Amino acid sequence: MSSVPRFWRSLGSRYNLEGTHCKECGEYFYPPRNFCVNCRRVGHIESYKFKGTGEIISYTLIHTSAEGFEDQAPYTLAIIQLDEGPRLTSQVIGDPEKIHIGMRVRSVFRRLGEDGEHGMIYYGTKFVPADE
Amino acid sequence: MRDVAIIGVKNTKFGELWGRSLRDIVVEAGTGAIEDAGVGGKEIDSLYVGNMSGGRFIDQEHIGALIADYSGLSKNLHVPATRVEAACASGGLALRQAIMAVASGYNDIVVAAGAEKMTDVGSEEASSALAAAADREWEGMAGATFPGIYAMIARLHMHMYGTTGEQLAEVAVKNHKNGSFNPIAQYKNRITVDDVLNSIMVADPLHIFDCSPITDGASALVLAPADIAHKYTDTPIYIRATAQASDTIALHDRRDITTLDATVMAGKRAYSMAKLAPKDIDLVEVHDCFTIAEICAIEDLGFAEKGKGGIVTANGETAIGGRIPVNTSGGLKACGHPVGATGIKQAVEIVTQLRGEAGQRQVEGAEYGMTHNVGGSGATAVVHIFSRER
Repeated sequence: MSSVPRFWRSLGSRYNLEGTHCKECGEYFYPPRNFCVNCRRVGHIESYKFKGTGEIISYTLIHTSAEGFEDQAPYTLAIIQLDEGPRLTSQVIGDPEKIHIGMRVRSVFRRLGEDGEHGMIYYGTKFVPADE
Repeated sequence: MRDVAIIGVKNTKFGELWGRSLRDIVVEAGTGAIEDAGVGGKEIDSLYVGNMSGGRFIDQEHIGALIADYSGLSKNLHVPATRVEAACASGGLALRQAIMAVASGYNDIVVAAGAEKMTDVGSEEASSALAAAADREWEGMAGATFPGIYAMIARLHMHMYGTTGEQLAEVAVKNHKNGSFNPIAQYKNRITVDDVLNSIMVADPLHIFDCSPITDGASALVLAPADIAHKYTDTPIYIRATAQASDTIALHDRRDITTLDATVMAGKRAYSMAKLAPKDIDLVEVHDCFTIAEICAIEDLGFAEKGKGGIVTANGETAIGGRIPVNTSGGLKACGHPVGATGIKQAVEIVTQLRGEAGQRQVEGAEYGMTHNVGGSGATAVVHIFSRER
């Protein structure tokens, strides 16, 4: 599903919630973009470490898992809006019954998945309820 | 630009065709469409084929050349063949490329085909291949599946507009009923709302009966300049608009999670090109890869107010005999969804309807039909409008 170089390239972003910010228009990007969608060639991109707090925009409880995520099912997948503005897709750990739209969450460092039984285990950001 | 007409169509049976290969089904669809049009191989100027993932599904790329070869268009005739890919919108884009080839005057007789052979791999591998239509690095690596992505659209639609699981289920019930009248459909069985709600949960709130299936199938059609279409057929069907639009690859980057802006834009461009409005359209084939997708599509194309797609469906307004029949073929849900073929199959259904040859699922007096084909969760949308009269 994945590959070592493909994951390695984005380690900083995945481990530290590091994205980008355009100094020209002020928009924040996570996942990171190195080309501003608003300013395009006149944009001025710098890296930015997000605070890691935000709220749930929508979510689902996945029963039939993606390949490599079998041992985690059922798991909650959500679209989260970070307080700086950008939205991302991530898992939310916690009681699925309590998860709701508008819920405040914060980022944590967790195992994401693995490439088969003997493959690479990779880590990154997931979210938990902000009050946990 | 020249006006363009469709002069021949053909679908294979859709389903789990374990005994047949990709090349077998494409040849059946292609030669069927050519025979329907009454054109000879020497008249064909080019071939476009929609195919999403031959590399993942059958470990075969270079699909254009393969298909031209086994259709007898290569060895002696050397007809140019081009594969077109935009995930599940590959077929719709192949049709659009073919239309532009004829409209521009570069080509006269062009075949637009679509095909996917999905059952040569297991369902897990097929699901992973399909997930490649989303953002692998920033959706897939977080554990997203395609049903999961559409489930998040459904969850927010329910939250914002009060859409219910029963209303989602009504889409599947209607499309299975329509499919029961379509000889090529993968599923011809009728189902009930309870059947949907009691089927296993894939990604809450979507059950397995909210999802389109994994399907083998191929479809093809033949295009000609409108001025010479009557040379080949008494019932040419005319292209009134071809329109396409893009949006962000990942769902999380969209302006509104419950609106496919690519669909809205492609629809607007198509209505503008055809000088028509939603009220003029007599039937539409929309991209119901999941039940929520049909509800969003009828809203985004202007057939229902935003947020009312579920109510309109439950009221029967989208059934055959209703205000705007949607997915008379059975849609992706019941007719099946061989991803690369779907966009062409939708056009074949509209042509069949406008010719008045749709049998028990015929929409009486249909003059204008529309197709709507989506790639991924809405990063590509392509809309076509067709008419019976020029």
